[in-house]
Amino acid sequence: MIVAEQKKITEIIEMLGDDFETLFIVGCGTCVTVSMAGGGREVKALAELLRLYYSEQKKDIKIETATVKRQCDFEFLDEIEEEVERTDLVLSLGCGVGVQHLAERYPDRVILPGLNTSFYGATTGVGEWSERCIGCGNCVLDKYMGVCPVARCSKGLLNGPCGGSQDGKCEVNPEIDCGWELIYNRAVRLGKLKELARYEPPKDWQTYRDGGPRKLVNTEYFDG
Amino acid sequence: MAEIYSRLQKKLEAGHFVVCSEMGPPIGADPDFIRNKARMLKGYVDAVNLTDNQTAIVRMSSIAAAKIASDEGLEMIIQATCRDRNRIGLQSDILGASALGLRNILCLSGDHQSFGMDKGAKNVFDLDSVQLVRTVHDMVHKGVLLNGKEMKSPPKMFIGAAANPFADPFEMQMLKLMKKVEAGAQFFQTQAIYNLDKFEYWMEEVRKLGIHERVYILAGILPTRSVKALKIMKNHVAGMDIPDAVIERFEKSDDPEAEGVEMAVETIERVKKIEGVRGVHLMPVMWEKITPVIVEKASLYPRPEVD
Repeated sequence: MIVAEQKKITEIIEMLGDDFETLFIVGCGTCVTVSMAGGGREVKALAELLRLYYSEQKKDIKIETATVKRQCDFEFLDEIEEEVERTDLVLSLGCGVGVQHLAERYPDRVILPGLNTSFYGATTGVGEWSERCIGCGNCVLDKYMGVCPVARCSKGLLNGPCGGSQDGKCEVNPEIDCGWELIYNRAVRLGKLKELARYEPPKDWQTYRDGGPRKLVNTEYFDG
Repeated sequence: MAEIYSRLQKKLEAGHFVVCSEMGPPIGADPDFIRNKARMLKGYVDAVNLTDNQTAIVRMSSIAAAKIASDEGLEMIIQATCRDRNRIGLQSDILGASALGLRNILCLSGDHQSFGMDKGAKNVFDLDSVQLVRTVHDMVHKGVLLNGKEMKSPPKMFIGAAANPFADPFEMQMLKLMKKVEAGAQFFQTQAIYNLDKFEYWMEEVRKLGIHERVYILAGILPTRSVKALKIMKNHVAGMDIPDAVIERFEKSDDPEAEGVEMAVETIERVKKIEGVRGVHLMPVMWEKITPVIVEKASLYPRPEVD
Protein backbone atom coordinates (compact mmCIF):
# COMPACT_ATOMS: atom_id res chain seq x y z
CA MET A 1 0.00 0.00 0.00
CA ILE A 2 0.91 3.66 -0.20
CA VAL A 3 2.26 4.86 3.13
CA ALA A 4 1.95 8.49 4.13
CA GLU A 5 2.33 10.73 7.16
CA GLN A 6 0.51 13.88 8.07
CA LYS A 7 2.32 17.16 7.59
CA LYS A 8 3.12 19.13 10.75
CA ILE A 9 0.17 21.21 11.91
CA THR A 10 2.28 24.40 11.69
CA GLU A 11 3.02 23.67 8.03
CA ILE A 12 -0.65 22.99 7.34
CA ILE A 13 -1.70 26.25 8.99
CA GLU A 14 0.90 28.21 7.02
CA MET A 15 -0.17 26.51 3.80
CA LEU A 16 -3.85 27.30 4.40
CA GLY A 17 -3.04 31.01 4.80
CA ASP A 18 -5.52 33.72 5.78
CA ASP A 19 -7.63 34.16 2.72
CA PHE A 20 -10.50 31.76 3.41
CA GLU A 21 -13.60 31.37 5.54
CA THR A 22 -14.60 27.79 4.81
CA LEU A 23 -12.42 24.69 4.76
CA PHE A 24 -13.27 21.17 3.69
CA ILE A 25 -11.00 18.37 4.88
CA VAL A 26 -11.25 15.18 2.82
CA GLY A 27 -9.85 11.88 4.05
CA CYS A 28 -9.25 8.71 2.08
CA GLY A 29 -10.52 5.33 3.25
CA THR A 30 -7.89 3.12 1.69
CA CYS A 31 -4.07 3.08 2.03
CA VAL A 32 -3.60 6.17 4.18
CA THR A 33 -6.30 4.96 6.57
CA VAL A 34 -4.13 1.92 7.24
CA SER A 35 -1.03 4.03 7.82
CA MET A 36 -3.12 6.20 10.15
CA ALA A 37 -2.42 9.41 8.31
CA GLY A 38 -5.58 10.33 6.41
CA GLY A 39 -8.51 8.14 7.45
CA GLY A 40 -11.75 9.21 9.15
CA ARG A 41 -10.14 9.36 12.58
CA GLU A 42 -7.27 11.57 11.43
CA VAL A 43 -9.63 13.86 9.51
CA LYS A 44 -11.73 14.37 12.62
CA ALA A 45 -8.71 14.96 14.85
CA LEU A 46 -7.18 17.48 12.46
CA ALA A 47 -10.49 19.33 12.13
CA GLU A 48 -10.76 19.60 15.93
CA LEU A 49 -7.23 20.89 16.21
CA LEU A 50 -7.77 23.51 13.51
CA ARG A 51 -11.08 24.63 15.01
CA LEU A 52 -9.32 25.12 18.32
CA TYR A 53 -6.51 27.04 16.68
CA TYR A 54 -8.77 29.36 14.69
CA SER A 55 -11.05 30.03 17.66
CA GLU A 56 -8.02 31.02 19.73
CA GLN A 57 -7.02 33.29 16.85
CA LYS A 58 -10.56 34.75 16.97
CA LYS A 59 -11.10 33.76 13.37
CA ASP A 60 -14.46 32.59 12.17
CA ILE A 61 -13.57 29.58 10.06
CA LYS A 62 -16.14 26.96 9.17
CA ILE A 63 -14.65 23.48 8.81
CA GLU A 64 -16.46 20.54 7.21
CA THR A 65 -15.13 17.01 6.85
CA ALA A 66 -15.71 13.82 4.87
CA THR A 67 -13.80 10.64 4.17
CA VAL A 68 -14.34 8.98 0.80
CA LYS A 69 -13.61 5.39 -0.01
CA ARG A 70 -10.84 6.20 -2.48
CA GLN A 71 -9.69 9.62 -3.65
CA CYS A 72 -8.10 8.03 -6.72
CA ASP A 73 -11.44 7.19 -8.36
CA PHE A 74 -13.80 9.87 -9.71
CA GLU A 75 -16.89 7.90 -8.68
CA PHE A 76 -16.06 8.49 -5.01
CA LEU A 77 -15.09 12.12 -5.59
CA ASP A 78 -18.52 12.78 -7.11
CA GLU A 79 -20.05 12.07 -3.69
CA ILE A 80 -18.53 15.20 -2.17
CA GLU A 81 -19.43 17.65 -4.94
CA GLU A 82 -21.77 19.76 -2.78
CA GLU A 83 -19.25 20.25 0.02
CA VAL A 84 -16.42 21.05 -2.39
CA GLU A 85 -18.52 23.58 -4.30
CA ARG A 86 -19.50 25.49 -1.16
CA THR A 87 -16.04 25.77 0.46
CA ASP A 88 -13.14 28.12 -0.22
CA LEU A 89 -10.36 25.63 0.38
CA VAL A 90 -10.09 21.86 0.18
CA LEU A 91 -7.43 20.07 2.26
CA SER A 92 -6.87 16.51 1.11
CA LEU A 93 -5.65 13.88 3.52
CA GLY A 94 -5.13 11.51 0.62
CA CYS A 95 -1.83 10.58 -0.93
CA GLY A 96 -0.36 12.67 -3.75
CA VAL A 97 -2.55 10.77 -6.19
CA GLY A 98 -5.67 11.72 -4.27
CA VAL A 99 -4.75 15.41 -4.12
CA GLN A 100 -4.19 15.54 -7.87
CA HIS A 101 -7.31 13.57 -8.66
CA LEU A 102 -9.38 15.98 -6.58
CA ALA A 103 -7.79 18.89 -8.44
CA GLU A 104 -8.65 17.25 -11.75
CA ARG A 105 -12.24 16.60 -10.71
CA TYR A 106 -12.69 20.10 -9.25
CA PRO A 107 -10.68 22.42 -11.52
CA ASP A 108 -12.10 25.62 -9.96
CA ARG A 109 -11.09 24.78 -6.40
CA VAL A 110 -7.73 25.07 -4.66
CA ILE A 111 -6.81 21.59 -3.36
CA LEU A 112 -4.01 21.44 -0.77
CA PRO A 113 -2.02 18.42 0.46
CA GLY A 114 -2.24 17.56 4.16
CA LEU A 115 0.03 14.52 3.90
CA ASN A 116 3.51 13.71 2.79
CA THR A 117 3.26 10.62 0.61
CA SER A 118 6.16 8.46 1.72
CA PHE A 119 6.49 5.13 -0.09
CA TYR A 120 5.00 1.77 -1.03
CA GLY A 121 5.39 -0.31 2.05
CA ALA A 122 4.21 -2.99 4.42
CA THR A 123 3.20 -2.92 8.09
CA THR A 124 6.29 -4.04 10.00
CA GLY A 125 5.30 -3.25 13.55
CA VAL A 126 2.73 -1.41 15.63
CA GLY A 127 2.47 1.98 13.97
CA GLU A 128 5.45 1.12 11.79
CA TRP A 129 5.64 0.80 8.02
CA SER A 130 8.65 0.03 5.84
CA GLU A 131 9.44 0.56 2.18
CA ARG A 132 9.40 -2.53 0.01
CA CYS A 133 8.91 -1.39 -3.60
CA ILE A 134 9.68 1.65 -5.72
CA GLY A 135 7.35 0.72 -8.58
CA CYS A 136 10.13 0.39 -11.17
CA GLY A 137 7.74 -1.20 -13.62
CA ASN A 138 9.78 -4.33 -14.27
CA CYS A 139 9.79 -6.68 -11.29
CA VAL A 140 13.04 -8.52 -10.57
CA LEU A 141 12.05 -10.23 -7.33
CA ASP A 142 12.39 -13.65 -8.97
CA LYS A 143 16.13 -13.07 -9.28
CA TYR A 144 16.67 -11.84 -5.74
CA MET A 145 14.96 -14.37 -3.52
CA GLY A 146 11.93 -12.14 -3.01
CA VAL A 147 13.89 -9.22 -1.56
CA CYS A 148 14.15 -6.20 -3.85
CA PRO A 149 17.64 -4.70 -4.22
CA VAL A 150 16.22 -1.75 -6.12
CA ALA A 151 14.07 -0.70 -3.17
CA ARG A 152 16.02 -2.10 -0.25
CA CYS A 153 19.65 -1.40 -1.06
CA SER A 154 20.32 2.30 -0.50
CA LYS A 155 22.24 2.37 -3.77
CA GLY A 156 19.92 0.02 -5.65
CA LEU A 157 22.88 -2.21 -6.51
CA LEU A 158 22.00 -5.20 -8.68
CA ASN A 159 25.18 -7.29 -8.46
CA GLY A 160 25.87 -7.52 -4.77
CA PRO A 161 26.46 -5.44 -1.64
CA CYS A 162 28.71 -2.39 -1.61
CA GLY A 163 31.79 -2.31 0.58
CA GLY A 164 29.96 -0.36 3.26
CA SER A 165 27.83 -3.21 4.52
CA GLN A 166 28.83 -4.42 7.99
CA ASP A 167 27.09 -6.61 10.55
CA GLY A 168 24.00 -6.73 8.39
CA LYS A 169 23.51 -2.98 8.44
CA CYS A 170 23.62 -0.34 5.73
CA GLU A 171 26.37 2.28 5.59
CA VAL A 172 23.74 4.99 5.37
CA ASN A 173 22.24 4.31 8.79
CA PRO A 174 22.57 1.47 11.32
CA GLU A 175 18.76 1.45 11.58
CA ILE A 176 18.58 0.23 7.98
CA ASP A 177 19.05 -3.47 7.27
CA CYS A 178 21.48 -4.11 4.42
CA GLY A 179 19.19 -5.24 1.60
CA TRP A 180 21.92 -7.48 0.24
CA GLU A 181 22.37 -9.19 3.60
CA LEU A 182 18.66 -10.02 3.48
CA ILE A 183 18.95 -11.32 -0.08
CA TYR A 184 22.00 -13.37 0.88
CA ASN A 185 20.33 -14.85 3.98
CA ARG A 186 17.27 -15.90 1.98
CA ALA A 187 19.47 -17.41 -0.73
CA VAL A 188 21.36 -19.47 1.84
CA ARG A 189 18.12 -20.61 3.43
CA LEU A 190 16.62 -21.56 0.07
CA GLY A 191 19.86 -23.24 -1.05
CA LYS A 192 20.10 -20.91 -4.04
CA LEU A 193 23.28 -18.95 -3.35
CA LYS A 194 24.69 -19.95 -6.73
CA GLU A 195 21.98 -17.94 -8.45
CA LEU A 196 23.43 -14.77 -6.95
CA ALA A 197 26.71 -15.35 -8.79
CA ARG A 198 24.97 -14.46 -12.06
CA TYR A 199 25.87 -11.11 -13.65
CA GLU A 200 22.93 -8.75 -13.83
CA PRO A 201 23.18 -6.22 -16.67
CA PRO A 202 22.22 -2.55 -16.28
CA LYS A 203 18.50 -2.12 -15.73
CA ASP A 204 16.26 -0.67 -18.39
CA TRP A 205 14.68 2.27 -16.58
CA GLN A 206 12.16 3.10 -19.30
CA THR A 207 9.47 1.35 -17.29
CA TYR A 208 10.22 3.65 -14.36
CA ARG A 209 9.79 7.44 -14.36
CA ASP A 210 12.65 7.69 -16.84
CA GLY A 211 10.22 6.86 -19.61
CA GLY A 212 8.16 9.91 -18.60
CA PRO A 213 4.90 9.81 -16.57
CA ARG A 214 3.44 6.36 -16.92
CA LYS A 215 0.07 5.13 -18.01
CA LEU A 216 -1.35 1.64 -17.97
CA VAL A 217 -4.14 0.58 -20.31
CA ASN A 218 -5.69 -2.84 -19.90
CA THR A 219 -7.28 -3.57 -23.25
CA GLU A 220 -8.09 -7.17 -22.44
CA TYR A 221 -10.98 -6.41 -20.12
CA PHE A 222 -12.13 -3.00 -21.18
CA ASP A 223 -12.12 -2.92 -24.98
CA GLY A 224 -15.40 -3.10 -26.83
CA MET B 1 47.62 -11.21 -21.62
CA ALA B 2 45.63 -8.12 -22.42
CA GLU B 3 47.10 -5.27 -24.40
CA ILE B 4 49.23 -2.95 -22.34
CA TYR B 5 47.89 0.57 -22.16
CA SER B 6 49.46 1.99 -19.02
CA ARG B 7 52.81 2.24 -17.30
CA LEU B 8 51.29 0.82 -14.14
CA GLN B 9 50.11 -2.22 -16.05
CA LYS B 10 53.52 -2.58 -17.66
CA LYS B 11 55.25 -2.63 -14.27
CA LEU B 12 52.82 -5.20 -12.94
CA GLU B 13 53.26 -7.41 -15.98
CA ALA B 14 57.03 -7.11 -15.58
CA GLY B 15 56.60 -8.56 -12.10
CA HIS B 16 57.45 -5.48 -10.05
CA PHE B 17 55.85 -5.06 -6.62
CA VAL B 18 54.11 -1.76 -7.30
CA VAL B 19 53.36 1.20 -5.06
CA CYS B 20 50.25 3.28 -5.63
CA SER B 21 49.19 6.26 -3.66
CA GLU B 22 46.19 8.49 -3.42
CA MET B 23 45.56 12.18 -3.82
CA GLY B 24 42.48 14.08 -2.76
CA PRO B 25 41.70 17.02 -5.03
CA PRO B 26 40.95 20.43 -3.49
CA ILE B 27 37.61 21.98 -2.64
CA GLY B 28 38.47 24.77 -5.03
CA ALA B 29 39.90 25.41 -8.45
CA ASP B 30 43.61 25.89 -7.75
CA PRO B 31 45.74 23.77 -10.11
CA ASP B 32 48.91 24.45 -8.06
CA PHE B 33 47.40 22.51 -5.18
CA ILE B 34 47.56 19.42 -7.39
CA ARG B 35 50.95 20.31 -8.90
CA ASN B 36 52.55 20.67 -5.47
CA LYS B 37 51.24 17.32 -4.30
CA ALA B 38 52.34 15.72 -7.56
CA ARG B 39 55.90 17.02 -7.21
CA MET B 40 56.06 15.65 -3.69
CA LEU B 41 55.11 12.14 -4.84
CA LYS B 42 57.05 12.01 -8.09
CA GLY B 43 59.57 9.19 -8.17
CA TYR B 44 58.22 7.56 -5.01
CA VAL B 45 55.13 5.86 -6.40
CA ASP B 46 54.19 4.06 -9.61
CA ALA B 47 50.69 5.51 -9.89
CA VAL B 48 48.42 7.80 -7.97
CA ASN B 49 44.65 7.55 -7.56
CA LEU B 50 42.71 10.74 -7.89
CA THR B 51 39.56 10.38 -5.85
CA ASP B 52 36.13 11.17 -7.27
CA ASN B 53 34.31 13.40 -4.78
CA GLN B 54 35.21 11.02 -1.98
CA THR B 55 32.84 10.76 0.97
CA ALA B 56 30.38 12.57 -1.30
CA ILE B 57 32.02 15.97 -0.82
CA VAL B 58 32.30 18.27 -3.82
CA ARG B 59 35.91 18.58 -5.00
CA MET B 60 37.75 19.28 -8.25
CA SER B 61 36.87 16.58 -10.77
CA SER B 62 39.00 13.45 -10.71
CA ILE B 63 39.75 13.63 -14.43
CA ALA B 64 40.66 17.32 -14.49
CA ALA B 65 42.92 16.98 -11.45
CA ALA B 66 44.46 13.77 -12.82
CA LYS B 67 45.33 15.56 -16.07
CA ILE B 68 47.10 18.33 -14.13
CA ALA B 69 49.07 15.78 -12.10
CA SER B 70 49.79 13.73 -15.21
CA ASP B 71 51.34 16.81 -16.82
CA GLU B 72 53.78 16.83 -13.88
CA GLY B 73 54.92 13.38 -14.97
CA LEU B 74 52.89 11.18 -12.63
CA GLU B 75 51.06 8.06 -13.75
CA MET B 76 47.46 8.60 -12.70
CA ILE B 77 44.48 6.39 -11.87
CA ILE B 78 41.19 8.20 -12.27
CA GLN B 79 38.34 7.11 -10.04
CA ALA B 80 34.79 6.86 -11.26
CA THR B 81 31.86 6.39 -8.92
CA CYS B 82 28.35 5.47 -9.96
CA ARG B 83 26.82 7.90 -7.47
CA ASP B 84 26.90 11.08 -9.53
CA ARG B 85 26.74 10.09 -13.20
CA ASN B 86 24.51 7.81 -15.20
CA ARG B 87 25.69 5.52 -18.00
CA ILE B 88 25.74 8.44 -20.42
CA GLY B 89 27.89 10.67 -18.21
CA LEU B 90 30.26 7.90 -17.15
CA GLN B 91 31.01 6.67 -20.66
CA SER B 92 31.43 10.21 -21.93
CA ASP B 93 33.96 10.95 -19.18
CA ILE B 94 35.85 7.72 -19.89
CA LEU B 95 36.24 8.77 -23.53
CA GLY B 96 37.39 12.21 -22.40
CA ALA B 97 39.86 10.81 -19.86
CA SER B 98 41.40 8.51 -22.44
CA ALA B 99 41.66 11.37 -24.95
CA LEU B 100 43.58 13.31 -22.28
CA GLY B 101 46.05 10.44 -22.02
CA LEU B 102 44.81 9.07 -18.70
CA ARG B 103 45.24 5.32 -18.84
CA ASN B 104 44.05 3.81 -15.55
CA ILE B 105 40.60 3.78 -14.01
CA LEU B 106 39.22 2.53 -10.71
CA CYS B 107 35.51 1.70 -10.92
CA LEU B 108 33.53 2.23 -7.71
CA SER B 109 29.95 2.29 -6.46
CA GLY B 110 30.75 5.40 -4.43
CA ASP B 111 30.02 6.47 -0.87
CA HIS B 112 26.38 7.33 -0.32
CA GLN B 113 25.66 11.06 -0.38
CA SER B 114 24.51 10.89 3.25
CA PHE B 115 28.21 10.89 4.24
CA GLY B 116 28.87 14.25 2.69
CA MET B 117 27.73 17.83 2.95
CA ASP B 118 25.00 17.54 0.32
CA LYS B 119 22.75 15.07 2.08
CA GLY B 120 19.79 16.39 0.10
CA ALA B 121 21.37 15.46 -3.24
CA LYS B 122 19.63 12.98 -5.52
CA ASN B 123 21.89 10.03 -6.28
CA VAL B 124 22.18 8.19 -9.56
CA PHE B 125 23.47 4.60 -9.24
CA ASP B 126 22.25 3.89 -12.77
CA LEU B 127 25.12 1.38 -13.01
CA ASP B 128 26.76 -0.51 -10.17
CA SER B 129 30.50 -1.09 -9.94
CA VAL B 130 30.34 -4.50 -11.64
CA GLN B 131 28.34 -3.09 -14.53
CA LEU B 132 30.76 -0.16 -14.78
CA VAL B 133 33.74 -2.52 -14.96
CA ARG B 134 32.07 -4.45 -17.76
CA THR B 135 31.10 -1.24 -19.55
CA VAL B 136 34.71 0.02 -19.49
CA HIS B 137 35.95 -3.42 -20.50
CA ASP B 138 33.64 -3.54 -23.51
CA MET B 139 34.52 0.04 -24.49
CA VAL B 140 38.24 -0.66 -24.30
CA HIS B 141 38.50 -4.24 -25.52
CA LYS B 142 35.50 -4.58 -27.81
CA GLY B 143 35.25 -0.98 -28.96
CA VAL B 144 31.55 -0.75 -28.16
CA LEU B 145 29.47 1.43 -25.92
CA LEU B 146 26.90 -0.03 -23.54
CA ASN B 147 24.19 0.62 -26.13
CA GLY B 148 26.08 -1.45 -28.71
CA LYS B 149 27.34 1.51 -30.74
CA GLU B 150 30.78 0.81 -32.19
CA MET B 151 33.54 3.37 -31.86
CA LYS B 152 36.24 4.09 -34.41
CA SER B 153 38.66 5.09 -31.67
CA PRO B 154 37.96 3.19 -28.47
CA PRO B 155 39.41 4.42 -25.17
CA LYS B 156 42.56 2.85 -23.73
CA MET B 157 42.37 2.01 -20.06
CA PHE B 158 43.83 -0.38 -17.50
CA ILE B 159 40.76 -1.32 -15.50
CA GLY B 160 40.62 -1.54 -11.74
CA ALA B 161 38.02 -2.08 -9.07
CA ALA B 162 37.81 -2.01 -5.30
CA ALA B 163 37.78 -5.02 -3.00
CA ASN B 164 36.79 -4.91 0.63
CA PRO B 165 38.02 -7.95 2.59
CA PHE B 166 36.23 -6.64 5.70
CA ALA B 167 32.70 -6.07 4.43
CA ASP B 168 29.72 -8.33 5.06
CA PRO B 169 28.26 -10.73 4.16
CA PHE B 170 31.63 -12.31 3.39
CA GLU B 171 30.43 -15.06 1.06
CA MET B 172 28.30 -12.63 -0.93
CA GLN B 173 31.20 -10.17 -1.15
CA MET B 174 33.33 -12.96 -2.65
CA LEU B 175 30.64 -13.66 -5.25
CA LYS B 176 30.64 -9.98 -6.15
CA LEU B 177 34.43 -9.92 -6.33
CA MET B 178 34.31 -12.82 -8.76
CA LYS B 179 31.73 -10.94 -10.82
CA LYS B 180 34.18 -8.03 -11.08
CA VAL B 181 36.86 -10.45 -12.31
CA GLU B 182 34.49 -11.92 -14.89
CA ALA B 183 33.42 -8.42 -15.93
CA GLY B 184 37.00 -7.53 -16.83
CA ALA B 185 38.71 -6.05 -13.79
CA GLN B 186 42.49 -6.20 -14.22
CA PHE B 187 43.55 -4.92 -10.82
CA PHE B 188 42.02 -4.63 -7.37
CA GLN B 189 42.85 -2.08 -4.72
CA THR B 190 41.68 -3.20 -1.31
CA GLN B 191 40.11 -1.34 1.56
CA ALA B 192 42.65 -0.18 4.16
CA ILE B 193 44.05 -3.12 6.09
CA TYR B 194 44.33 -2.89 9.87
CA ASN B 195 43.08 -6.38 10.59
CA LEU B 196 45.88 -8.41 9.00
CA ASP B 197 44.58 -11.78 10.14
CA LYS B 198 41.29 -11.14 8.37
CA PHE B 199 43.14 -9.93 5.29
CA GLU B 200 45.24 -13.10 5.21
CA TYR B 201 42.11 -15.21 5.47
CA TRP B 202 40.55 -13.21 2.64
CA MET B 203 43.63 -13.73 0.48
CA GLU B 204 43.36 -17.50 1.11
CA GLU B 205 39.81 -17.39 -0.26
CA VAL B 206 40.99 -15.23 -3.17
CA ARG B 207 43.66 -17.82 -3.99
CA LYS B 208 41.17 -20.70 -3.74
CA LEU B 209 39.15 -18.99 -6.46
CA GLY B 210 42.28 -18.32 -8.52
CA ILE B 211 41.53 -14.60 -8.56
CA HIS B 212 45.16 -13.72 -7.81
CA GLU B 213 46.18 -15.33 -11.10
CA ARG B 214 43.73 -13.27 -13.13
CA VAL B 215 43.87 -9.89 -11.37
CA TYR B 216 46.67 -7.90 -9.73
CA ILE B 217 45.87 -7.35 -6.08
CA LEU B 218 47.16 -4.19 -4.42
CA ALA B 219 46.84 -4.13 -0.65
CA GLY B 220 45.39 -0.95 0.85
CA ILE B 221 47.46 0.75 3.54
CA LEU B 222 46.17 3.80 5.36
CA PRO B 223 48.99 5.39 7.37
CA THR B 224 47.69 7.49 10.22
CA ARG B 225 49.15 9.42 13.12
CA SER B 226 46.02 10.05 15.09
CA VAL B 227 44.04 7.97 17.57
CA LYS B 228 41.11 10.25 16.90
CA ALA B 229 41.23 9.50 13.17
CA LEU B 230 41.37 5.77 13.91
CA LYS B 231 38.36 5.98 16.18
CA ILE B 232 36.42 7.98 13.60
CA MET B 233 37.31 5.44 10.93
CA LYS B 234 36.35 2.54 13.19
CA ASN B 235 32.96 3.97 14.00
CA HIS B 236 31.97 6.17 11.08
CA VAL B 237 33.75 5.09 7.91
CA ALA B 238 31.91 2.51 5.88
CA GLY B 239 33.57 -0.86 5.59
CA MET B 240 36.55 -0.28 7.92
CA ASP B 241 37.77 -2.95 10.34
CA ILE B 242 40.12 -1.55 12.99
CA PRO B 243 40.94 -3.91 15.87
CA ASP B 244 41.09 -2.39 19.38
CA ALA B 245 44.72 -3.48 19.66
CA VAL B 246 45.65 -1.01 16.91
CA ILE B 247 43.99 1.84 18.75
CA GLU B 248 45.66 0.80 22.03
CA ARG B 249 49.03 0.76 20.33
CA PHE B 250 48.59 4.37 19.29
CA GLU B 251 47.23 5.42 22.66
CA LYS B 252 50.36 4.06 24.37
CA SER B 253 52.75 5.69 21.94
CA ASP B 254 54.70 8.88 22.78
CA ASP B 255 55.32 9.62 19.12
CA PRO B 256 52.21 8.85 17.07
CA GLU B 257 53.81 10.01 13.79
CA ALA B 258 56.69 7.55 14.19
CA GLU B 259 54.20 4.90 15.28
CA GLY B 260 52.10 5.55 12.18
CA VAL B 261 55.08 5.18 9.88
CA GLU B 262 56.24 2.06 11.67
CA MET B 263 52.86 0.43 11.52
CA ALA B 264 52.49 1.20 7.81
CA VAL B 265 55.95 -0.25 7.10
CA GLU B 266 55.17 -3.36 9.17
CA THR B 267 51.92 -3.85 7.29
CA ILE B 268 53.64 -3.45 3.92
CA GLU B 269 56.27 -6.01 4.92
CA ARG B 270 53.64 -8.46 6.03
CA VAL B 271 51.38 -8.17 2.99
CA LYS B 272 54.40 -8.36 0.68
CA LYS B 273 54.94 -11.92 1.88
CA ILE B 274 51.39 -12.99 1.08
CA GLU B 275 51.09 -14.98 -2.14
CA GLY B 276 49.08 -13.04 -4.68
CA VAL B 277 49.65 -9.53 -3.33
CA ARG B 278 51.30 -7.63 -6.17
CA GLY B 279 51.68 -4.21 -4.67
CA VAL B 280 50.42 -1.73 -2.14
CA HIS B 281 48.07 1.19 -2.32
CA LEU B 282 48.94 3.93 0.18
CA MET B 283 46.17 6.30 1.21
CA PRO B 284 47.41 8.62 3.93
CA VAL B 285 44.40 10.86 4.42
CA MET B 286 45.50 14.45 5.23
CA TRP B 287 49.09 13.23 5.57
CA GLU B 288 50.23 12.83 1.99
CA LYS B 289 53.75 14.07 2.68
CA ILE B 290 54.47 10.90 4.62
CA THR B 291 54.20 8.71 1.50
CA PRO B 292 57.86 9.19 0.40
CA VAL B 293 59.04 8.46 3.97
CA ILE B 294 57.09 5.22 4.14
CA VAL B 295 58.20 4.14 0.66
CA GLU B 296 61.84 4.63 1.63
CA LYS B 297 61.49 2.95 5.02
CA ALA B 298 59.78 -0.03 3.44
CA SER B 299 62.77 -0.36 1.09
CA LEU B 300 60.56 0.31 -1.92
CA TYR B 301 62.64 3.23 -3.17
CA PRO B 302 63.71 3.86 -5.88
CA ARG B 303 60.80 2.80 -8.07
CA PRO B 304 61.46 0.85 -11.26
CA GLU B 305 61.42 2.69 -14.59
CA VAL B 306 59.49 1.57 -17.66
CA ASP B 307 58.99 3.29 -21.01
